Amino acid sequence: MDLYLPIANLSVNALVIIALGGVVGLLSGMFGVGGGFLTTPLLIFYGIPPTVAAASAASQVTGASVSGVVTHMSRGTVDFRMGGVLIAGGVVGAGLGVLIFRLLQAIGQIDTVIGILYVLLLGGIGSLMAKESIQALIALKTGRKIQARKRRHHPLVAAMPMRWRFYRSGLYISPLAPLLLGMATGILTMLLGVGGGFILVPAMLYLLGMTTQSVVGTSLFQILFVTMATTMMHAMTTHAVDLVLAMLLLIGSVTGAQVGTRISMTIRPEYLRILLAAIVLLVAARMALGLGFRPDEIYTVELR
Amino acid sequence: MRRRALLALTPALLLLCAADEPMLVPDVSQRDVEIQYSFTGADLLLFGAIVYPDGRRPKKPADIMVVLKGPDQSITMREKQKVAGIWINADSARFRSAPSFYAIASSRPIARVVDERTAAIYEMGVDKLQLSPSSLNDSAELDRFQKGLIDLRERAGLYVERPGTVEITDGVLYRARLPLSARVIVGNYTAETFLVQDGRVVAAAVRDITIRKSGFERFMAVAAEQWPFLYGLVAMMLAVGMGWAAGAIARRI
Repeated sequence: MDLYLPIANLSVNALVIIALGGVVGLLSGMFGVGGGFLTTPLLIFYGIPPTVAAASAASQVTGASVSGVVTHMSRGTVDFRMGGVLIAGGVVGAGLGVLIFRLLQAIGQIDTVIGILYVLLLGGIGSLMAKESIQALIALKTGRKIQARKRRHHPLVAAMPMRWRFYRSGLYISPLAPLLLGMATGILTMLLGVGGGFILVPAMLYLLGMTTQSVVGTSLFQILFVTMATTMMHAMTTHAVDLVLAMLLLIGSVTGAQVGTRISMTIRPEYLRILLAAIVLLVAARMALGLGFRPDEIYTVELR
Repeated sequence: MRRRALLALTPALLLLCAADEPMLVPDVSQRDVEIQYSFTGADLLLFGAIVYPDGRRPKKPADIMVVLKGPDQSITMREKQKVAGIWINADSARFRSAPSFYAIASSRPIARVVDERTAAIYEMGVDKLQLSPSSLNDSAELDRFQKGLIDLRERAGLYVERPGTVEITDGVLYRARLPLSARVIVGNYTAETFLVQDGRVVAAAVRDITIRKSGFERFMAVAAEQWPFLYGLVAMMLAVGMGWAAGAIARRI
């Protein structure tokens, strides 16, 4: 079933894109991540221009995170104050991301930077997750409990001036820390089309020292609004949001996300985590190979 | 003036008082190509008649070349090189007038119909395109970039060479089929037909073809450019709405 994408200027097989959205949605439902880190590279691999891919993937992450946010809000596991600060940072970061995007595009290094960022981020986070989940698995098998990590924030965070109370996160820290964190993920959202959940969650846990209960809900809350802002910024600046493409991705991903959520309830979280770590590392490895191997296309054409 | 008025009349009249040079009467199967939701490319039929003075055909059959060309684009080409273990864009060249689409069909292989010089003048063949480089690269580099561009666009179906596919019936009627890739951009295209005799272009004629998006596709493309805020808003609402609806439905089941 071929469908012409009016902004990407090419026709795609609609079923393939829906299936792609479905797989990503399934993963996002199972693991509670946005899945943007998979969508963008897969779309580029399919032949969609990178800018259109990143711009349209952002709206898919929005769709995938909505129902998660609703669920967490009803459970009261969203720290709105923390979320608000993160969103403020995220919107500023997305704005900065636009500037960086343009600069890199002008000097022709956007693809390389995106590639390197993916390898570093996914490789780093993936190894961290793999290490932790293997430890957890060993603990599960041997029945020995691992010592619970002491929850505390990073000394740098403690050194920042002006402290606010974040009740639901159980924190009394400077709002500058989450603001900066939000900015960093905002930049990534703009550049990579990812929600940034896979950065945000570990950073909130280990840098800010938030309580585990409110981490996922708050990060989803931030992702929801920052991806919405990013979609808007792409629409205003790059004009690269393809509604037809976004729609196809959304159809697949919102359905997949619901199925994924059900599956996740039947599998032990330890296994889920190690599976996610494996997928993340696989994507990172593929991107690393892409950087190191002779690419299929030596030449690229850019309109000016 | 009088001659032009006569030309507009019927071919029979034309034959009676034609000039001493042969003439081409070309046409295309579609003057308007509309890109719609199911657009996966199109086949254009370019056909026409060769009108000889007094209806006398030359002893040696003439050749026909048909060139379909899209709007020119100003482009920057980048070349990846391995630097410190990874492939990054290292070199670049700029061209002011690279056609976004170029397809040529000829009745015999191009090199057998015209010599290099004539081919270069009329831009016959993808390797003869004049891209007007505007950056400071030496000619060897420009050559490399040009080859790279041709290779890239040939594989995307944007540059097409179909030698020997123009059929000429009884020396006066010709027809050729050229494929339009699904990746063509909208704009004004030209279909040029050349009549070549003994390596010399003796007649040429042009027909314009318009390629445009229509209906929903056109609306989308225009909306994204003209009303970016509303477009973005719709994209956001769509994502939130669908995500929310899926969640609501799933809770019921």
